[in-house]
Order: sequence, then C-alpha cells, then structure tokens
Amino acid sequence: MYSDKVMDHFQNPRNVGEIENASGIGTVGNAKCGDIMRIYFDIDENQVIRDVKFKTFGCGAAVATSSMATELVKGKTIYEALEVTNKAVMEALDGLPPVKVHCSLLAEEAIHAALWDYAEKNDIKIDGLQKPKSDIHEGEEEEEY
Amino acid sequence: MGEEKRLIYLDNAATTKTAPEVVEAMLPYFTELYGNPSSVYNFSQKSKEAITKSREQITATLGAQPEEIYFTGSGTEADNWALKATAEAYRSKGNHIITTKIEHHAILHTGQWLEKHGFEVTWLDVDESGVVKLDELKKAIRPTTILISVMFANNEIGTVQPIKEIGEIAKEHGILFHTDAVQAFGQLPINVDELHIDMLSSSAHKLNGPKGVGFLYIRKGVKIRNFVHGGAQERKRRAGTENVPGIVGYGAAAERAARTMKDRTDKERELRDYLIDRVLKEVPYTRLNGHRTSRLPNNANFSFQFIEGESLLIMLDMDGICGSSGSACTSGSLDPSHVLLAIGLPHEIAHGSLRLTLSEEITKEDIDYVVESIKKIVERLRSMSPLYEDFMKKH
Repeated sequence: MYSDKVMDHFQNPRNVGEIENASGIGTVGNAKCGDIMRIYFDIDENQVIRDVKFKTFGCGAAVATSSMATELVKGKTIYEALEVTNKAVMEALDGLPPVKVHCSLLAEEAIHAALWDYAEKNDIKIDGLQKPKSDIHEGEEEEEY
Repeated sequence: MGEEKRLIYLDNAATTKTAPEVVEAMLPYFTELYGNPSSVYNFSQKSKEAITKSREQITATLGAQPEEIYFTGSGTEADNWALKATAEAYRSKGNHIITTKIEHHAILHTGQWLEKHGFEVTWLDVDESGVVKLDELKKAIRPTTILISVMFANNEIGTVQPIKEIGEIAKEHGILFHTDAVQAFGQLPINVDELHIDMLSSSAHKLNGPKGVGFLYIRKGVKIRNFVHGGAQERKRRAGTENVPGIVGYGAAAERAARTMKDRTDKERELRDYLIDRVLKEVPYTRLNGHRTSRLPNNANFSFQFIEGESLLIMLDMDGICGSSGSACTSGSLDPSHVLLAIGLPHEIAHGSLRLTLSEEITKEDIDYVVESIKKIVERLRSMSPLYEDFMKKH
C-alpha cells in the first residue's frame, strides 16, 4: 500500500517533538476526520527556519508527510518554505495512494499555518501567504475526554 | 521492531484459516468427483449426494430441516436475498422493515437500497454496549411491518443480541425475523426453533470453512422469491451450478465447529478476558467497546485515546500482529465505523479503535507478546500525538 519511503518516514519519523517558545506554530486538520498535524518553527533573525518539529495524530501517510515536510523546510528561509507544495512532499515520498493525497495537502497547510502564526507574532506580512483554511486556533477544537 | 518473524493472526472475524480436515473433505470434489450435480448419470450422483450430506451436517447444528438451507456465494449474498426477496414477496402486506444501526454493510446498504425503492426502514439505536433496545423495537412495529432483521452478534464490537427475545416479539406480531449470523454461527449454539428465527445468513469462511460459500436458512412456509434465475438448483430459488467443493467444505466446517465448540470457545473466552483485563489495566486512557460479557467468545475491541487506528495497525503488523480497526483511514472514507458511532463514541475516539479476534490456536504467550507490543506502540504514537500533548498540558 505504501512506498518504502513512506514506510521509512512512518517508522522513523524525523523531527518529532515540540519547540518551546516557538517562533510559529501551526495546527491543521480535524480530529473528527482522523488527522491533526502540528508544526513548530524556530525561525532566526534572517528568517531562516533554524529548527522544526512536528506532532501528528493520524494514519501512516499523515505521519510520513509531516516528517517529510519538516525535512523539506529545515534550514530554508520562510519564502523557500512557502514554495514547498503538497506535490513536492508527495514526490519526495515516492508517491501516496490516491486516498491519502489529502494528507500531503494537510502537510502543506501545516507549514502555511505555522508561517502565518510567525507572521502574526512578528507583525509582518509574508508575500504570497494566505491564511490557511483548516488552521485550528488554540481552544477552538476543545474536546472533552 | 520488525525483527520477530512470528505471525500472530488476530483477525478471525475477517476470515479464518481453513481447517485441514475441511480441505481434505473438499479435495476429492475437484479432481475426482467433479460431476455436475444436475446431470443424470451415476457419476454425478456422488456430487449430488455430497451436497445433501452437507445440508444435513449444517441443519443438524441448527435444528432445521435440510430443505430449509439454500447455499449462496457469501454471507453478503444471503443478507441481500433475505431483505430484497422478502420485501418483494410481502409487499402486498406492507412496506416497513425494522433493522438496526449496527448491521453489517450487507444489511445496511441493502436496506438503504430498499428505501430508494418504496420501502420504509426503521434503524434502531443500540445502547452504549451495542445491545438493541427491545422497548424501542416494540414501539417501532407498525401494521405494515413485514420484516425484522437484527444481527446475531456484531462483527466489530462482538456484542451478542437478545435474539430469543427479538424472535418472540416478531412471532407475537406475526412478523418475519431474519438474523445475520455470519459472526455467530459456529461460535455460539443456535437453534432456529427455540430462537424463533425465520431466516438466517451465514458464511463458511468465518468458521474455518472455505471462502466463496454461504447459506440462507429459510423456514418452511416463508414466502420468499427466487433470487437468481436460471436452472433448478436450490429448489429454483438460487440457480447456478453448485459450488460442490465449497458446499462440502461448509458441511465439514459446520460439523467441526459444532463438535469443537465447547472446548474451543471456552479457551478463547479465557484468553479474550485475559487480553481485555491486561490491556485495560496496563494501557491508560483505553476503553473496551461492546458488552463486557454478552460478546463473541473471541472478540476484543478497544479504543485507545489520542491515537489513530491505521498507524496502530501498521505498527502491529511490523511486530507480526494482524488486527483491524474502525478508523476512517482503514475504510477509505472520512468517517469512522458506523458501529462505534452508534454506541456513542466521539469521532476521535472511534478513530483509535483496534479489533482483535482470537482463534483456538492463540496461546497465552501470544497474548502476552501482543499486550507488550500494544503498550509500546500506543506509548510511541501518543508521544507523537498533538491530542495527547494538549491533554497532558491540561491535566
């Protein structure tokens, strides 16, 4: 079902974790649909993504696309990160089954959501960045357990 | 991870291993006794007799008559037949059917199809253990109700329904009662007279028989239309040359299942309870889905909060463990299992479900290995989960 690359990134995900006092945090997806991705950026004064971490609730493809997305943006400037599309993530993973393409879209959105958060925190505008649709704001998706 | 070469098959609700004695019974009917049962020469009589014998083996376990068994290609086909042909045959009497929200898709989708063709279907709720509410069943009955169809035991959460009580209610009201017994036949004792069952669907591969053969039991006197038109097979009701090896295999499997039922299910129940107790005790934020005691002997179904089922299945697979999940990602849709939603689970908890269904070959040592694997995997997936992170920060 999954390519070797997807399986590798699922079994050995890169950059799992959190960043304290992150420059930008993006959470996208929906627990109802079974996918939530959260990406943390540590961005330096030159707008370079110095470090990136993620946490994902979701299927194998969701974990693998998050992992690959973090690999693709690490060390890049925010504008380079903005260029990382879902297609690029999918290609880097040697493809995804058709039903899992939405996972790669989520990864792209997670990057955008984290960049949006960074821009808001620093009161700047990132040209070409739109507010991500499925951004989940703090407290909005409260779930009772 | 992944170094162990062992295979622990815990998906016996999906399908079972064909028992060697069943395969042995089937073999002569491929290469030696391959005659068409409908032919007149003596050679073909052997095939015809083999079908008769299988019918007798099956009915002996159900308390039914051989002429009440109609072989089909699957349990799904039997379910389709029971609903569609009853609807058609009893249409002059009424157009209302009662079933439940937790049926297998074979009933669910057939019922939805009937709704598009002029029938009204009441979809009964179940309680938090997955048991049909009898008072709601009684309330749902109308003068136009022609059929009640309630599954014997649920394929996902294993809950066994109060079939006898449902059968009595149906009988009192003069309504036909069909049960999808695909998961129950061969696992639980069933007597169609005692339980007032008019129709029953079943499938051989769930009880160590071959794939591709099922049957519909139809009580004598029940008006039901021919389902497949053609030759005179199955009393003209389901035409098509019989799957003789499959039918022979079904007879052998039914006989074997009845013979081994007590010892087999006692053993499975004991290990199932051991599995359930250990998982609930040793994995925090976990719940058991389905009824604690009124459940299939081999079924355990858990929800692990904050994680998603497909990831769990892939990781279990790496440890050589075969299970299944009601998560959306395993079904190809965005919604998790309709059964888990019907028992009231929120979506995100339904996504983190795991069904493990045992066989008689599973040992306590296997269960210990599985529990250790689950503990390790759930912890790992939670460490990656933003839901768990949020939860831990709040508590």
